[in-house]
Amino acid sequence: MSEFKRIIAKRKRQDLIFNVVGIICTLVGILTLGILLVDLVIDGLPRLNLGFLTSFPSRFAERAGILSSWVGTLLIMIVTACTAVPLGVAAGIYLEEYARKNWFTNLIEINIANLAGVPSIIYGLMALGLLVYQFRLGTSVLTGGLTLAFLILPIVIVATREALRTIPQGIREGAYALGSTKWQVVRHHLLPYSIGGTMTGVIIALSRAIGETAPLITIGALTFIAFLPPPPLSTQPPFVSFDWLWSPFSVLPIQMFNWVSRPDQAFVLNAAGAGLVLIVITLSLNAAAILIRYRVRKRIKW
Amino acid sequence: MKDIPAVEFPVATAGEQAAFQQPSDRSPSARRRLSHVKERVIEALLLLAAFSSVAITLGIVGILVYESSTFFAHVSLREFLTDPLWTPLFSPPRFGILPLITGTLVTTAVALAVALPIGTVVAIYLSEFAPQTIREIIKPALELLSAVPTVVYGYFALQFMSPVLQKLLPSLPTFNMLSAGMVMGIMIIPYVSSLSEDAMRAVPMSLREGAYALGANRIITSVRVVYPAALSGVIASYILAISRAIGETMIVAIAAGMQPNLTLDPREPAATITAFIVQVSLGDLPHGSIGYQSIFAAGVTLFLMTLVFNILGYILRKRFREVY
Repeated sequence: MSEFKRIIAKRKRQDLIFNVVGIICTLVGILTLGILLVDLVIDGLPRLNLGFLTSFPSRFAERAGILSSWVGTLLIMIVTACTAVPLGVAAGIYLEEYARKNWFTNLIEINIANLAGVPSIIYGLMALGLLVYQFRLGTSVLTGGLTLAFLILPIVIVATREALRTIPQGIREGAYALGSTKWQVVRHHLLPYSIGGTMTGVIIALSRAIGETAPLITIGALTFIAFLPPPPLSTQPPFVSFDWLWSPFSVLPIQMFNWVSRPDQAFVLNAAGAGLVLIVITLSLNAAAILIRYRVRKRIKW
Repeated sequence: MKDIPAVEFPVATAGEQAAFQQPSDRSPSARRRLSHVKERVIEALLLLAAFSSVAITLGIVGILVYESSTFFAHVSLREFLTDPLWTPLFSPPRFGILPLITGTLVTTAVALAVALPIGTVVAIYLSEFAPQTIREIIKPALELLSAVPTVVYGYFALQFMSPVLQKLLPSLPTFNMLSAGMVMGIMIIPYVSSLSEDAMRAVPMSLREGAYALGANRIITSVRVVYPAALSGVIASYILAISRAIGETMIVAIAAGMQPNLTLDPREPAATITAFIVQVSLGDLPHGSIGYQSIFAAGVTLFLMTLVFNILGYILRKRFREVY
């Protein structure tokens, strides 16, 4: 009997030990994230002021700012979102609602799964060879936006498909029974009901695109740029201009990379400031995505 | 999906059908034909969107093959694979990819040594041990780790991890593969833990109950029953982690140094394939020069390495798939 009790005590002890190990391993990840944030705040917060956000980069660390790079990031994201969202949602709808089970659909599905595993810098090489030199788009906002759109396309497609899959079949059958065509079912039922899930995926994809550095360096984005692209709106007719699409650009992560690789400690502090701005943007986008997902789950009861 | 019971629909008689199909004017049928055309056009557009992903793959493969073919017209495959020096921008240039491959493999190995054990333990802990409330907080928090931009991790590796490691190993240089690899490993923990946990939670409860009935405790059940049953999904997460580590660019470009170095010692600085591409792209390279072509040759090597691991993962997943 005592032998039996001894074995039970031993096994309970094993469980307890693993419980502790598990908590420690989890903390390694969480604590690293915490240390990284604190480290960035300590180094970068003193640099964060209005002047930092409204100045161009400079040879003098104290006068340097991130104006051209955050404007660049914003413009690139506009191009990326306007390309990847319609394309990805349309592709997701086709694969989930229209595609027949045949070799061609299979090919597209395997292809999307593989694209998600391709390193981001490879997209940069592709854009350099194809967009910059074959299509002669140059190193412009347009090229940068398209490069990142290609990169996040698989994420948007997968998110759209998952959101569509959660809609019960009965909704589709009900609409067909009332005489809807396929597109009417998609347009009036499936798209509105899946918008929450799709939005979550799109936001996460865009937050990934904002932090991407390597593909944009590969296509030749500038690391030092002291002017802004031409404004999209003007007071003279025709009021709207798309010249900014052809402008050279820099983005926040490239600006940070440029500063972090300098030996001068003052520039490293600038890098921390730019990193702080970057991480606040990406983390709040992720928080927004989590919030949307949570509210959508709560609201919808089929 | 539930099976829908077959329903007998009332069928119109021939007379009723004829009455229904005799329109007073032609417009509804014309409208129907128009809407049919519209439906077909929309379907074609959606198909085109889906095909764009295939076009991207074709673009990647096409450009890599096209640009590197001119490179391999200058440099023999034998030199590329066996020369121990990679100095394409020096004179005389040497084109041996080996130093970049070892740099990539060493940083990847360090990252995996951190991410695979920790990620697996976290997955087992979250799936089998943690109470539900803790799991629902920890899982999204850990996933934030993969949301941090990699350039920020690079900063962290160079400005925080390297100085800390230098206190433990005083001979460690500022730029080294160890700190870059370790930070990269922490970055990919959520790829391992999240996917593995999903796979483990998909293991049917009856398997665990069987183990408990035989007197196993939680940890033995986890390691001997749940982990093997979920192995297919766990391997998929490992492969994803390997792909990420091989293709990761900014952390190694910032913290591991930019000098090609044929070594297997993680304490030394060395350039990876990705770091080399970044370094060359930062400079002003004329289109068509040998330096320009060399980044595509490096890119092909990187692409093939990730492809090999993805195919390997596909085979392993099939081999270990358990169906319940």
